Parts: sequence; structure tokens; C-alpha cells
Amino acid sequence: MTDMIDVKPVVADYESLIKPDKVHSSLYSDAEIYEEELDKIFNNTWVWVGHESEVPEVGSYKTAMIGRHSVIVSRDRKKNIHVLLNRCRHRAATVCEGKKGKTKSFMCPYHGWGYSLDGALRAVPKPEEYEGVFDKSEYPLVSLRFETYQGLIFATFNEEIEPLEDFLGGAKKWIDLFVKQGGGYPLKVLGDHRFRFPGNWKIQLENTTDAYHFPIVHKSFVTGLDEQTAEVFDFLDGEGHVEDLGNGHSVMVMIPELVDLEKDLDEPIPERFQELADALAAEGHSDLEVRRMVRAVGGSGFNLNLFPNVACSMAFFRVLAPVSVNETEIHHVAIGGEGAPAPFNQMRMRLHEHFQGPMGFGTPDDAEAWERVQKGSHAGNNEWILLNRGQANLTTSPDGNVSGAVCSETGMRAAYQQWKKMMTA
Amino acid sequence: MTDLNLLARVTAFINIEADMLDFEEYQPWLDLWTDNGEYVVPIDPHETDFANTLNYAYDKAEMRQMRVARLVGGEAVSTQTTEKTVRGLSRFRILEDDEIHVTVRCAMYLSECRHGNLKTYPADVTYKLLKADNDFRIEQKVVRLQNADAYLSSIGYIL
Ligand code: FES
Ligand SMILES: [Fe+2]
Repeated sequence: MTDMIDVKPVVADYESLIKPDKVHSSLYSDAEIYEEELDKIFNNTWVWVGHESEVPEVGSYKTAMIGRHSVIVSRDRKKNIHVLLNRCRHRAATVCEGKKGKTKSFMCPYHGWGYSLDGALRAVPKPEEYEGVFDKSEYPLVSLRFETYQGLIFATFNEEIEPLEDFLGGAKKWIDLFVKQGGGYPLKVLGDHRFRFPGNWKIQLENTTDAYHFPIVHKSFVTGLDEQTAEVFDFLDGEGHVEDLGNGHSVMVMIPELVDLEKDLDEPIPERFQELADALAAEGHSDLEVRRMVRAVGGSGFNLNLFPNVACSMAFFRVLAPVSVNETEIHHVAIGGEGAPAPFNQMRMRLHEHFQGPMGFGTPDDAEAWERVQKGSHAGNNEWILLNRGQANLTTSPDGNVSGAVCSETGMRAAYQQWKKMMTA
Repeated sequence: MTDLNLLARVTAFINIEADMLDFEEYQPWLDLWTDNGEYVVPIDPHETDFANTLNYAYDKAEMRQMRVARLVGGEAVSTQTTEKTVRGLSRFRILEDDEIHVTVRCAMYLSECRHGNLKTYPADVTYKLLKADNDFRIEQKVVRLQNADAYLSSIGYIL
């Protein structure tokens, strides 16, 4: 037998693939770059795994992906949250399948090892043969470091990483604004739409900070709206902007009037929400409560893009999970108010169904465009993806950040600078 | 005993509905519905309270009309690339039958071809039909896709 020589593939020169105004097409299609992204980015930073309302009670759990890793977010008997690797400590079988649920424990289907909600190994069938071999306390499910901000749960494999709040930095202010859309009630996840598209995850990452496509790709959606609402969505010539928040995060303000949902509660009720206002008033809610809910029901006027896998996108959380170099799974997570009146949460869900998800009036057209980006990016031997829109028209925001026009590619440039920083570290 | 005559009639009605969707006869399709009719594509396979849960689609009359307008308007790029759907319905069974309504469940195999890629969506479909002068009107159509609880690809057409 000849010895195999372990030749490490020549590492791509990431410096040369990311320019201030463009990125190289291979970022969408090179399988080696993709694997390295999973190591250097997804294994190495704060990654969104859920919202606290998704594990509301003792025994609630949900599953999530951190790059290649399947994880479980659970709530134990003391109501503490845990983020656990979904992998039996014996011979690796997943101990939990499905999106979410309630359980008393996690039982491995293979040889029956049983784990409690906090990951502790509780029971092993026929334990005699392990006597003198190991103690159960040595093999809990692997527990990941996690931190939360405003109910958003992020986990990481990197024990050394800065605290979540430092990582979020300038994004925190926007998360604070985003969570106001419960309409006076705490934010609650109401369900999610899941779909995949045949394209690289960064095409999706870019899209949440791409206002430029909206009137083109979503023309049919806008055509279907009443005049008043269509005007609200006609934001390219408005006063919006995109701001680089640092660490790859950015915010794209499309509708400045809807940045702070607690403000301007005395504004007239939009026509399309009059019926909702009447229904809420009929339930006995005060004028102020009604106005707060009506103002919040359509969501915030901005998209907050958090590197690398989640966006607080107007009225929902948009989560991305890379599946392979040319396939990505997306979750459009609908949110409403915990304990809010039924008509409010119903309207939130109907609005979500209208645009989001694989059968909404927006997503199929987005997905068509993304698929075509992936396909087109394979053409040419040394072509680039342009990110220079609005580059000569930058200002400094009141918070001291680089800021560009609402339809500029400022947010994408921010994300790719963070990508470069992490990939070359 | 199954009322074979009724079974034949509901089967014929449902097959025509399917044919209208495959051959893009959307205006007559809209006329098949009652004013309060609901077209639902749920996510959770066991869900029955559609108003209070998130669905892939939950269309009353207005949303159905908008969905059709989107399909025929020519502005939505995704509607231009899925040339056509082919759906077959079978395994018809009458679940309930009274003076006013008949409820039928059947299996649907639908395929689409986008950019040359053939994709199939099997589903259980339940129709609640209003009996109306020797014919029927759709009161509720619930399409439970077999993979609804996992993930879909984007679907720009009507199931
Ligand atoms: S792999 Fe889990 S008990 Fe053996
Ligand atoms: Fe879009």
C-alpha cells in the first residue's frame, strides 16, 4: 500500500476575491470555499438558533442548524434554556427529529440512551457492561454556549468569542425597535414557512439588504395592492437609507415613518386596517391600544441584516441555513403578540401568507431571481458580482456609520467585508 | 354503502376543477367557489384551525382573485417559467354527506416543470362541496402536501 500524502488544498486567496466594489463569482459556486465558510464563519461566530417564544414551556424544544450541525434548543424543568448538539454520545444517532415539540426527555432510538432536557445522560440500558468503564456524568449531550438579546437566541461553537451584545453592537438599537411590533404585547413566533432554493446562501444574505430589486421583482405584488398601500411600498425615491452597523450587520430603512412603532400613534388609520381597528374596538380595547396594534400590525419599516444567518425583516425573522454550496434553506418566521387579541395575530399571519413563504405573492418571484443568479454566475471564467451601487454617494449617519441610499449596496459591502475578515483570520 | 351515483358526480366535478387549473381557465375556476369559500394549504398535517395558525395559503374570495390576477398579469417572473402543471386525482372517498354538503377526500399527484426540472408534489386534498342545483360549489378545499411539514420549493401556481 502506498502512503497517502495528506495534501491540503491550496487555500483560496480570499483577499483577492473580495474587492471594495465587487466579489468574485466563485464565492457562489466553489465547494472548497463553501466548506471553509462552514468552518471559519458558521463554526466561529454567533449564529441565530431561535426565539425564546419558540420554547415557551418546560419540555418545549425546537431544532436548528448551525452550519453542518443539528442542534436542539430546549427548556428544562427549571425553565432554563439549553442549546445541545443533536447527537447521541454513544454512536452519534440524532436524539431528536422534527421541527419542534414537547417532551420529557430525549431518547436515542438506537440503543436507548436517555437524556434529560438539560442534556444530562440519565439512563443507559443494561448498565452493567459500563461498570468500571465510565460514569454517566461524563457523557451529557454536548452543550453549546448561547446568549440572548431581546428574546433572540444565538449560539456559538467559539468559546472565546466576544459577548453577544458586543457582537450585535450597533444592531441592538434596531432590534429594540423591531420588537415593538408586538403591538403592546411581547413578541411571539406564530409559525414559519420553510423552503429551499438552488443557490448559495450569500445570495439570500444579500437579498435582505437589496431594495433595488423590489419594484422590479415584486411589481405584481405592488400592482395587487390598494393605492394607499402601494404608495407605502414605493420607497426607492423616498428618504430611506442603508447603514453599515459593523461586524457585517446592516440596516436598510425603507419606510422611515415606520421605524418607531410607538411614535405617531395619532396618525389616521390606514384604510386597509380599518376593519381590524373596528374589530379590536369591538373587543373593548381602548383607542390607544387599538392605534398601537394597528400601527404595529404591518411591521417595522426596515430590514435589519445580521451576519451571517438571520434578518429582522420588516414583519418577520428571515433565517437562512446553507445546505450545500448551491442549495439554501430559508425560514420565514411569522411573529405576533403573546396574548394579543386574535384579530391582531390573525392579520399578522394573513399579511405574512400574502407575501412570504413558498406560496406567497413575493417569494416565488424572489426565488426565481436567486436561482437565475446562481445559474448565471457559472458563466464566464473570471467574472465578478458588482456591489458598487451608491458607492460615490456615501454619508455618515447620526450614529457615525457609513450610510448610502436606500437602494445602494452598502449593506452587501458590509457583509462581505465581515466575510473577508473571518475567512482570512 | 357508498352512493356510487354521488361519488361519480363529485369525482366529475373535482376532475373538472383540476383540469381548469392545469389548463389555466382561471375565470371559470373562480366561479366554482361559494362566496365564503376557503382555499387552504396548511403547514402542520393535523391542523384544523386555519384562521388561527400560519398556512402556506389561506385564501378567501379576494385573495383567490388576487392570486389569479397575479398568474395572468404577466408581471410576476415566476409565473413565466413554470410552463404548466399536470395533476392527477384519484382515491376518491366520500367522508360526509348531508342535505347541504358533501365532503370528499382524494389523492393528488401534481408535477411542475421549471427550467426543465421536473418536480412532484403528492397531496391529500379534502373538498367540502355545497350542493347547488344538481351541481356543486366549493366551500372549502384543503390541500395537505406530503412534505408540508418539512420544506417546499417556491410554488407560484394554484394547487
Ligand atoms: S447511538 Fe445512541 S444509544 Fe447507541
Ligand atoms: Fe424580494
